[in-house]
Amino acid sequence: MSDIHLDSAVLAALQDVMEDEYPVLLDTYLADSEERLRLLRQAMREADAQGLRLAAHSFKGSCSNMGAPMLASLCKQLEEVGRRELLAEAPELIEQIEREFAIVRILFKSERQRYRT
Amino acid sequence: MPARLSILIAEDNAADRMLLSTIVSRQGHRSLTASNGMEAVALFEQERPQLVLMDALMPVMDGFEAARRIKQMAGEELVPIIFLTSLTEGEALVRCLEAGGDDFLAKPYNRVILEAKINAMDRLRRLQDTVLQQRDLIAQHNEYLLNEQRVAKAVFDKVAHSGCLAAPNIRYLQSPYALFNGDLLLAAFKPSGGMHVLLGDFTGHGLPAAIGAMPLAEVFYGMTAKGYSLTEILREINAKLKRILPLGVFCCATLLNISFQRRVVEVWNGGLPDGYLLRANGAERVPLVSRHLPLGVLAPAAFNDRYEVFPLELGDRVFLLSDGVLEACNQQGELFGERRLHRVFSANRQPAQLFAEIQQALLNFRGELQDDVSLVEVSMVEEGSLSRGPLVFTGSGQNSPLDWSASFEFRGETLRRFNPLPFLLQLLLEVEGLRPQGGALYSVLAELYSNALEHGVLGLDSSLKCDAEGFAEYYLQRSTRLAQLREGYVRFHLQLVPESTGGRLTVRVEDSGSGFDGQAIVEQQLRVDRLCGRGLALVRQLSERCTWPEDGRGVSVEFSWLAGA
Repeated sequence: MSDIHLDSAVLAALQDVMEDEYPVLLDTYLADSEERLRLLRQAMREADAQGLRLAAHSFKGSCSNMGAPMLASLCKQLEEVGRRELLAEAPELIEQIEREFAIVRILFKSERQRYRT
Repeated sequence: MPARLSILIAEDNAADRMLLSTIVSRQGHRSLTASNGMEAVALFEQERPQLVLMDALMPVMDGFEAARRIKQMAGEELVPIIFLTSLTEGEALVRCLEAGGDDFLAKPYNRVILEAKINAMDRLRRLQDTVLQQRDLIAQHNEYLLNEQRVAKAVFDKVAHSGCLAAPNIRYLQSPYALFNGDLLLAAFKPSGGMHVLLGDFTGHGLPAAIGAMPLAEVFYGMTAKGYSLTEILREINAKLKRILPLGVFCCATLLNISFQRRVVEVWNGGLPDGYLLRANGAERVPLVSRHLPLGVLAPAAFNDRYEVFPLELGDRVFLLSDGVLEACNQQGELFGERRLHRVFSANRQPAQLFAEIQQALLNFRGELQDDVSLVEVSMVEEGSLSRGPLVFTGSGQNSPLDWSASFEFRGETLRRFNPLPFLLQLLLEVEGLRPQGGALYSVLAELYSNALEHGVLGLDSSLKCDAEGFAEYYLQRSTRLAQLREGYVRFHLQLVPESTGGRLTVRVEDSGSGFDGQAIVEQQLRVDRLCGRGLALVRQLSERCTWPEDGRGVSVEFSWLAGA
């Protein structure tokens, strides 16, 4: 597993902090991330630069906390795009974010599986 | 071990919120969570947490606005707000601080740093708490203190109120709480119509400085009203303060005895700055120098009651001040001093402006107002121009004796040390009918007694007193001769008889003076001289009858009263 997508050291630390709650945290993150993606798409549709920025900012925060550095970095770029109102560059970035999240999601699902067993 | 805190977490991202909440709980704190600013404010109001972790960017209400509202609700209490942010632009961080943020925590969260920050903020929070508690405690103590001072001042004002500071010939300036700077100003009419004035300055400040003022004022007013002399009052005050005050607490004071009738002032200064006798013509400033230790220092046997006597003309003023004036200090650490005071005196044209000019000079010197200054000025005025209340009595007013006679003979040793007038006056004022005339009675007795003592027993020549030099000489001779007095006497024969309408008092005063060889006419003439000018007029004016008996021995005066008058 590549640490570019998911940092195993961070996951170890999270598991240490959360103990039995660790799977719940993972579930919460995944559910929350789906919501962020939905908001990103909506903001883009509505050409809402500020909404784009806020959703990207929040998504970036949880990605960095959950040890998904690549995804956090893409969110940061999108946040910057929103801040500078360069909406034309948004679709490309959102697509990249969706692809990266698909990977992270799979990795988290397997992490969840691993933990359960 | 840090205390368990209640910590509010405001974060719109569910995963981050959960993570933070778990970290905080694992560290032993209670966590409250909100998913936007509005919820955070509501939760804060309801739960009053001690610390807030606040995301900056949130829907509904952002962290900046929520922080402002929470800080406002917290009031004086310090509720630290740590902003959770990955904001990197300086401007955004400034916004966090301006909204009331106390610190930042960057994402991703680091447990160790978060714990350290919570502990640091908790220390700050408790420090602020302690400061507030101590501030409130100090404010409370201060309130107690001021209240105690108000009560003490009210009690003291009652005691001091019996005085005559409001007399038109007295001008004074004192801060309302001068008492708690240790300053004390008292003035009272004597039964003879003269005036005693005391300016005192107790060592120290606050209640300890004020505490001695009460007994001092009681002695001053009580003894003045009973007709005791300056020296007797000084001795009593000194002995009393010596007895009751702790070591190191004493009272610098100047006591004045002003006689409007004789136009003299007696001055005793123990430890106060020089007072001044300011002549009406402005020509002269006579310093009234301290020649004694303050009151309450020396044991009674070592106390020196020697005073100085100065003749006064109409319009002459006696000026006294406390050391607050001379010891006023400017920012360079210089003292105001006597030289600057004398410059103010010299520049003064309107006597009524003197106090204001002194204050102005102090203000110019210091750059701010001085509030521990006491100034008093007493003017020589025409006798009788001052109206005064009736004498105050301490007797019960019952069982008034009506029909008796008594004779007293005071001889050499006694005349040197003892003033019989208060004793005689107290005895006579047991007679209720005489009380309305108490002042006149005292004045006449005082005049007859000093006449008998000074001219009869001591053989002093009153014509000496015609100029200032002779005046000083007269009082020098008086004290020298009195100190050497071995023989001689002054007799008082008091006779009280009831009359159908009231009663009558006859007082005959005799002395051991020579020159009574039946030469009645010469004698009569001599006596007129001896009771120099105003003295005789006064006795005649105040008593109902004034006679010189055939044998020439002594003077006889009568007072009568109507029952129920």
